Amino acid sequence: MAVSSTQPIPVRKNPKFHLTWPWRITITYMTFMLFLPVAALFLRAATVSPAEFWQIATSPVALSAYDVTFVTAIFVASVNAVFGTLIAWVLVRYDFPLKRFVDAAIDLPFALPTAVAGLTLVSVYSETGWVGSLLTPLGIRVAFTRLGVGVAMLFISLPFVVRSLQPVLQELDIDVEEAAWSLGASRIQTFWRVVLPPLLPALLTGVALGFSRAVGEYGSIVIIASNIAFKDLIASVLIFQRLEQYDYAGATVIGTVLLLISLLILVGINLLQAWRRRYEV
Amino acid sequence: MRSNALSSDVIAQNKAGSQTKEAPWVKIALIGIAITYLGLVLFLPAINVFIQAFRNGVGPFFANFSDAAFINAIQLTVLIALIVVPINTVFGLCAAWAITRHKFPGRALVVSIIDLPFAVSPVVAGLMLILLYGRSGWLGPSLEAINVRIIFALPAMIIASAFITMPFVAREVIPVLEEAGTDQEEAAKTLGAKDWQIFWRVTLPNIRWGLLYGVILTNARVMGEFGAVSVVSGNIIRKTQTLPLYVEEAYKQYESQAAFAASVLLACLALVTLVLKEILERKTSIKDVEE
Repeated sequence: MAVSSTQPIPVRKNPKFHLTWPWRITITYMTFMLFLPVAALFLRAATVSPAEFWQIATSPVALSAYDVTFVTAIFVASVNAVFGTLIAWVLVRYDFPLKRFVDAAIDLPFALPTAVAGLTLVSVYSETGWVGSLLTPLGIRVAFTRLGVGVAMLFISLPFVVRSLQPVLQELDIDVEEAAWSLGASRIQTFWRVVLPPLLPALLTGVALGFSRAVGEYGSIVIIASNIAFKDLIASVLIFQRLEQYDYAGATVIGTVLLLISLLILVGINLLQAWRRRYEV
Repeated sequence: MRSNALSSDVIAQNKAGSQTKEAPWVKIALIGIAITYLGLVLFLPAINVFIQAFRNGVGPFFANFSDAAFINAIQLTVLIALIVVPINTVFGLCAAWAITRHKFPGRALVVSIIDLPFAVSPVVAGLMLILLYGRSGWLGPSLEAINVRIIFALPAMIIASAFITMPFVAREVIPVLEEAGTDQEEAAKTLGAKDWQIFWRVTLPNIRWGLLYGVILTNARVMGEFGAVSVVSGNIIRKTQTLPLYVEEAYKQYESQAAFAASVLLACLALVTLVLKEILERKTSIKDVEE
């Protein structure tokens, strides 16, 4: 979703400071709404001694929550890379009935509240649900397992890769592919050597945005998972549980770890986009 | 999300007939796989919301509307949106203006900072507010002294919703404002227009579709926000329960009929959002063609 924000901004040489109040509103609002809450978290984290911080941050239950959160999100990101590319390809290159509808529906996960997503996913993938009842005889349980966490993450991060790739695929010159073909390259060679390289920056950006979204997801996962520690408990739900137990130190430490990782991902996405701009120029 | 604007062009180009010369079975297989995947992950769950809600007919569905907790949840959700959307619209406009119309070092950094709420888990956002305004938070004692209650009450739910949706308007308006440039504004200024006249007559008409898009996204997210609001609300039935919180509570109480009834309302909100988004994208693409 950060695709737009860091595009090159042509800087005007003659700034007109005839409206200073937008600046005042922006700074005041951001101070109260953004900096103050972030500072509150970091200051609270600073009151925990380093030894205690380390002990909470690396406690077995926390490590297991990071594992469920990040490993599942990485798995989801790779699924997104494959199927997101496929969906974008199909939407850009082929014509089929109801294509316009399918294209518009890709954005549904952006618009559908996550609690609704969780509720309907648990209903479809539970043992009595449409898909769940087909998987149960195969011994596959989705709802209330780590697989359910993955399905929820797949749902909410679906649009990112597709939407990142569509405009780039659009601009891709089909002549180049045909040239590669006519020179004897196989379909698979054409894809790996000709199609994929120019898509790579956009693909990675989409994957990273989806990953970031999946790591931070709470609403749909808390509903589809059983939220049992060492089984399918994600970091966000662990923070929530710590807060419910009035364990503010625990919540603060894990929250700080999660925030720092989110910031790292944000920096990574910005670097990716900078790389992508250079690639485009 | 700006890239979505190109999806209509995608179709336009395809209609023009830039198809690859591939064996038909490849095309059919790829479309089949894509649609099957979307069916499992997206379409089945979406259709399921409506089927589950109306499984026992429309009677039980409408019976939910006589439930006071349900009606209260709808009212609270609308109330929060009515407060948060205007505030974040004004902020988004100011921030977009400040960023695009002034040259200063570290502009890219400011844009990234505005994006921060998108990168943060909603639960962490809620946690920050509890550490700031909660009883044992930094401002807790002073707030208690003047008898102001923020956490587990409406103010915290408003602040949490505003935090989560802070970037939407700014990020939609910034590119449009950039594209519009300052020429018209400067011309109006030379002709003696006042600042507010320039804003209403020149700037606003130029950015109206981008602005509207940002407002629609803000509204959808505010009404659907769950994690952050869940942390700070305390989920007190009939007092601090929004529609998404109602969905979870009903689900936990095994009242799936009620949970799906509330979900249908939220799903309709999502559908309206998507339709408006399509219309706005078509509007902007028509404008592009005219230019």
